[in-house]
Amino acid sequence: MQFVITEEQQMMTDMVREFLAANCTTAELRALAETGKSHDAARWSAMVELGLPGALVGEEAGGLGLAPQDVIGLVTAAGAALLPEPLIETMGITLPALDQFGEAALLAQVMAGEAQVALSHPAAPFAEGADSADAILIFEVDRVLLCPAGSATITPQPGVDPLRRLFAVTPGPDAQILAEGEAARAATDHAQEIGALFAAAQMLGIAQRAIDISVAYAGERTQFGKPIGSYQALKHHLASAQVAVEFARPVLQAASAMAASTQDAYTRARISHAKYVCGRAAETTAQTAIQVHGGMGYSQEADVHFYIKRTLSLRNLWGTETLHRNRYAARLETLAIGPDTLFNQEG
Amino acid sequence: MELTYTDAQRAFRDEVRSWMRDNVPATPLPSFDASREGFEAHRAWEAKLNEGRWGMVTWPDAYGGRGLDLIRWLIFEEEYYGARAPLRVNQNGIFLLGPTLMEFGTEQQKARYLPRMATGEEIWAQAWSEPQAGSDLAAVRAKARREGDEYVLSGHKIWSSRAVYADMAFGLFRTDPDSERHHGLSLILFPLDAPGVTRQAIHQINGEHGFAELFLDEVRVPAENILGAEGQGWKICMATAGFERGLMLRSPARYQVAVRALVALAQSRGDDLDPVLRARVAEAAMGAEAYALSIYSTASRLMAGGRIGAEASTNKIFWSELDIALHRTALDILGDRAELHPGASAAPDAGNWLDGYLFSLAGPIYAGTNEIQRNIIAERMLGMPRK
Repeated sequence: MQFVITEEQQMMTDMVREFLAANCTTAELRALAETGKSHDAARWSAMVELGLPGALVGEEAGGLGLAPQDVIGLVTAAGAALLPEPLIETMGITLPALDQFGEAALLAQVMAGEAQVALSHPAAPFAEGADSADAILIFEVDRVLLCPAGSATITPQPGVDPLRRLFAVTPGPDAQILAEGEAARAATDHAQEIGALFAAAQMLGIAQRAIDISVAYAGERTQFGKPIGSYQALKHHLASAQVAVEFARPVLQAASAMAASTQDAYTRARISHAKYVCGRAAETTAQTAIQVHGGMGYSQEADVHFYIKRTLSLRNLWGTETLHRNRYAARLETLAIGPDTLFNQEG
Repeated sequence: MELTYTDAQRAFRDEVRSWMRDNVPATPLPSFDASREGFEAHRAWEAKLNEGRWGMVTWPDAYGGRGLDLIRWLIFEEEYYGARAPLRVNQNGIFLLGPTLMEFGTEQQKARYLPRMATGEEIWAQAWSEPQAGSDLAAVRAKARREGDEYVLSGHKIWSSRAVYADMAFGLFRTDPDSERHHGLSLILFPLDAPGVTRQAIHQINGEHGFAELFLDEVRVPAENILGAEGQGWKICMATAGFERGLMLRSPARYQVAVRALVALAQSRGDDLDPVLRARVAEAAMGAEAYALSIYSTASRLMAGGRIGAEASTNKIFWSELDIALHRTALDILGDRAELHPGASAAPDAGNWLDGYLFSLAGPIYAGTNEIQRNIIAERMLGMPRK
């Protein structure tokens, strides 16, 4: 029993956090949004250079061979930085699936930064950045398809987040079937688990960042001759937000440590738990951040609006809050409960 | 992260489970806050625990413990609560004063107090708060005057848990009469049956007298009863408060076992359970699990050489709010019978939910109010301006 982040895991997180602090500032994101795009080619190349998209792909296939718990810190950092490029989906779902279904050539191209594959899934149906992708990986309930971009019909679905360009996707005749039946259902289920786990991580990152920028703002902004952060009402709002973060983090970490296999019912319940509490934490903190920023919080002048908008999407992607709470409730009703079951896994 | 128990940890769990199965009283003991009889029954249980060397498993062997690490302490607590063993009447001693003595006490003090604490021979109360010094603890006025080899204690303490029946108390006193606020304070141990001590029971919201007012009138104790140096009292109290808010005061297992009962209550309603109540049961269970995971993570960190800091304040807020939500959910499932005592014939499944709910309302108050905890989080964790 060692519930601690290893030194290697911490180094990985720190490396990505530093990279994002230097290359993914909100000023850069604003500039990107102005251009009408949601991906920055130079930043993507740099992440490819670091080997990040292939982090979960085995070393024999050219990846880093890491497990979900090794990257959960970097996914959290990407959430905090509001990273707009599809690193998390590519790393967590798309490339492991291409590897699993023997699409070695396309896998190698994406890991080399020569191709982009967008993603559509029943729990995250609108493919982000599909207009600039070379292919779209489409998970259906009992089919997995790979569709060349030219063969798919994509329809823009404008949304609230300026850095998410969403498209409804209809596969065309050239779509290739990667899996059907039981194999497809297993792959689609697994993708949803990883999607939920990584959405949770991104929301935890958003939650902490929303607190941090609010603390900074409350220290600078003065009213009645004092920094507003000296008033107890604001302190208590932000302290409550921090409590939500503190008790979401260990759930997320435990879920990531269990997620090497997502078949297990205890693991799935823990992923649901993580998605639920990280979503709640992000929502609470992003709302608190708006309140702390006052009028600025309701404007696009301050950065705070980015966090509530990203939270809005992540909370509902990869299973809504209600779905995950119901899944957790079902676990209570069907599996062993009690203090000695905290780290249970089946088999 | 490696979230599986070792074979040795599993074997330890089995050992605790088997001892508890053979020794936990079949019928619950009467409350230790309602009568001398209940208090003494709990003292006898502490002695029994000590016979099995289960009194305080993390303490060194020399003081009646087993020298075990925090993960094994958590496993012990899981089995202890899982077996529905009696509440610890000496919790102020074993969880608060004990760790404080180990950090600040002299060798003689450790040898004198810790073994008797472990056996339940001496049961402890805390005497810090005063009528004018609650959240503002640094406003303490009770005095300790040095006279030769003795301290002479005078003053008025209040909200002293277990003090109605306990044997000893650890109190905060002003040893420097010219001092102000957190300067000039000292922590001094005194017997509650010493001449000059008058105890007056306070009736709590549940009708029991779980705490007392203490009137001290020229109470003489040996000078060696001071813990740490004169004037060090504030620093020592803050360390004790850290233990209290941090790991030791509220075991996660307490809430996990309550959740197990809550789920059973919910399931007894079958398909009639309202979906909103089902959702609240799930949220309470998630809270208990999150708290347990957090404590495991803290325990692992401490074992790897870390220290507990202001984040202890987040624990205290979290478990106290969880406790209320959990009990409220149970009462809402019971519905129109929630107000009935377990003895009422119309409430066969009332269990201890009503009592537990009333007790949960104290959680945001004791061990430093949640308002004070939020100030600590804002100022020390987040670095927000004090003024």
